[in-house]
Amino acid sequence: MADLFEDYPLGPGWDEMFGTPGMPRSTYEALHATLRPLAGGELRLRADVLARAFLDQGITFALKGVERPFPLDIVPRIIAAEQWRQVETGVAQRVRALEAFLADVYGEGHALADGIVPRRIIVTSAHFHREAAGIVPPNGVRVHVAGVDLIRDEAGEFRVLEDNVRTPSGVSYVMENRRAMAHVLPEVFTATRVRPVDSYPGMLLQALRAAAPAGVDDPTVVVLTPGVHNSAYFEHALLAREMGVELVEGRDLVCAGNEVSMRTTAGEQRVDVIYRRIDDEFLDPVHFRADSMLGVAGLLNAARAGKVTIANAVGNGVADDKLLYTYVPDLIRYYLGEEPLLPNVETYRLDDPDVRTYVLSRIDELVLKPVDGSGGAGIVIGSQATAEQLEHVRQRIMLDPRGWIAQREVKLSMVPTLIEDRLRPRHVDLRPFAVNDGRQVRVLPGGLTRVALPEGALVVNSSQGGGSKDTWVLPEAGSTEEIWSEPETVSAVPSPRRPDPGPGQSGNQQQQQQQQARSAGRAAAC
Amino acid sequence: MLSRIAESLYWIGRYVERAEDTARILDVHLHRMLQDPWTDEEQACRSLLSVMGLPVSEDGASLPGVVERLGLDLGSTSSVLGALAAARENARGARETVSAEMWECLNTTWLGLARARRRIEEGGVHAFFQWVRERCSVLAGLADATMSRDEGWLFLVLGRSVERVDMTARLLSTHSRAGGSIPSWLTLLRSCGAWETYLRTYRGSLSDRHAAEFLLLDRLFPRSVLAALATAESCLAELEPAGGTTRSGRVGVGTDAQRILGRARTDLAYRSSDELLTDLGTVLARLERTCSQVNDAVSARYFRQTAAVAWQAGAVE
Repeated sequence: MADLFEDYPLGPGWDEMFGTPGMPRSTYEALHATLRPLAGGELRLRADVLARAFLDQGITFALKGVERPFPLDIVPRIIAAEQWRQVETGVAQRVRALEAFLADVYGEGHALADGIVPRRIIVTSAHFHREAAGIVPPNGVRVHVAGVDLIRDEAGEFRVLEDNVRTPSGVSYVMENRRAMAHVLPEVFTATRVRPVDSYPGMLLQALRAAAPAGVDDPTVVVLTPGVHNSAYFEHALLAREMGVELVEGRDLVCAGNEVSMRTTAGEQRVDVIYRRIDDEFLDPVHFRADSMLGVAGLLNAARAGKVTIANAVGNGVADDKLLYTYVPDLIRYYLGEEPLLPNVETYRLDDPDVRTYVLSRIDELVLKPVDGSGGAGIVIGSQATAEQLEHVRQRIMLDPRGWIAQREVKLSMVPTLIEDRLRPRHVDLRPFAVNDGRQVRVLPGGLTRVALPEGALVVNSSQGGGSKDTWVLPEAGSTEEIWSEPETVSAVPSPRRPDPGPGQSGNQQQQQQQQARSAGRAAAC
Repeated sequence: MLSRIAESLYWIGRYVERAEDTARILDVHLHRMLQDPWTDEEQACRSLLSVMGLPVSEDGASLPGVVERLGLDLGSTSSVLGALAAARENARGARETVSAEMWECLNTTWLGLARARRRIEEGGVHAFFQWVRERCSVLAGLADATMSRDEGWLFLVLGRSVERVDMTARLLSTHSRAGGSIPSWLTLLRSCGAWETYLRTYRGSLSDRHAAEFLLLDRLFPRSVLAALATAESCLAELEPAGGTTRSGRVGVGTDAQRILGRARTDLAYRSSDELLTDLGTVLARLERTCSQVNDAVSARYFRQTAAVAWQAGAVE
């Protein structure tokens, strides 16, 4: 029998499945054993079924207005319980520090006064909004949802690549990937116990309700989407559906007397919490872009008056800034008095002339990133760039050192991925999702593993032609509480079903009718 | 329920019904035209197009032209494909409200539209129309089985019923315009899937009078005009909390839409069959008007009840 892993090569970077060729790490043993007997063609067939199911269900993301399926690779990525504990606590720690930082920046500014973060970094950030100063969130939460991008370096160590505390997307694929995989590869699930991910909408709703303005007992929560042409529209609809709340567009909302309402068939109905998936710039034409058709005029004033909660809070982007990222370990020490559990990737700040000179001299070895780019846009990987591209980025850095950071080129870890009908190593990253309800920061066990499908590609972003993998977190040994729900006690045993012949259609009668017809036919033939 | 979502559900109901009815009408008419050697093809095509509310261009009045414009034109919501695409687009904007199964049904149907031309080339128009009818039935079945009977359902059924009144009236118009020769009553009954039911109801007696009666007035056949009017009326009654705007529900009915529908229904119900047949043209024209008035009244009451607030830059400083 053909071995699916027979000619699987180890690539550059940490291979998550294999330590040495042909020898799977213990985490992957069960998966390896289940997949190995499948021939490549068979796996391909199942992968096609998977793709078809995604297309039929409309699990897509829109790129330049065209709906595209988000390719899901059929080989899952597995994270052991102890590794996950580090990710979980490390991500939660980061979120706690960023919450403290945001409260500080839009409040009294201790960290700036104490010189932990230079004031100029804040005031020159494109995402620092003075408009948000003075808006005090009801339960103190500004980062209701965070997506922290992690990678594993050459030694297999998790490192933070960037923080997303504005409107991180991708959690819908975490849930849909799991659902689809369970349909297509049930035997693989039987071999491995995986922590479930379908608790996310409940977690999110709870956090959103907890953030309601004071005095509102039964808050009305809505999800605010830019509309069907947004790249993450599928996700907005899924979250609204699974939370059982309305999915509204800006035109469904109206703001009067600092109260926000939605237009319903029975008149206007008050809204208390808005989980918005619209960028700050488009949220409120009174304060931001006056030409925005997506937002609601007056929303920010309503939030300031404490009549409505906007989640995530306006102005969070200042904590996403890639230059601020370099200060996060210091912020963790400053606000929490703890050592960072997840290290950053080594990063150079280009506003220091000496560092800048050093970086420019080694520009062909480093990764250059614009500080406010997202979706992998504008990133230049020195080792893969042409001389012309390097010269171009050098000039842009000289003109605007605040606008760039430089990082060591990390060979992201790799996971076997189905390419045609062979398994090949491909680079992956990981975006776990954290939800803060004001009492604790919870991290969904799993997260979005994005995979760069072109060989050697290091940018895994979905808008750059990436795919995803189902991400499995293994349970702690001996823990069962999340995996198995209490079986319901069955009080009455249902009585066995008797075959019901139906009116006048007993087998006997049918037989007789047939015999009758036959004998009549014979008689006629005679 | 959000007004925008209610409007989407109403239009999903209308568009799916329109796709199904158009497919039914086209299927049976094309079939008749091919089989009847005395048909004036151009005349029949012109009549069909104008009854469906499409302008007749010089070159459009041919069989392929009719199939193109009433069947395949993605840019027009009067065509089968266009209506299905519009239904899916509406469902996309209301995705958290329609059930996942309904959405998937509309989405796979929409994905299948790309193959429509090939389906026609390979299997003929009949196979294509049959596919459309089946997809619409699957959707109706899923709506029936998976939607809770709340406002959303009422708007979906309201849209479906209004469209059905409109389409059955148009269908009957094709008969009256062609002067009773082509398409025959048999064709019309077949278009509605009513042929066998009709035969059972009237014990095989086929007459103009009975057929018109059946398609207009039968209380039990769901595609008859009267039955669809009654369904629409009961949807509206349920949408209005007891009595609506009138004094404790004692006087009259609550809304314009209810008034318009009720008047149309009683106008039909209390006419004698003779009168109906003599006046058929007027009756049908009035039904088409009723549908557009109901549509406007429903929109005004449920979908646009809050005046749009237009934001003007610089108005607040």
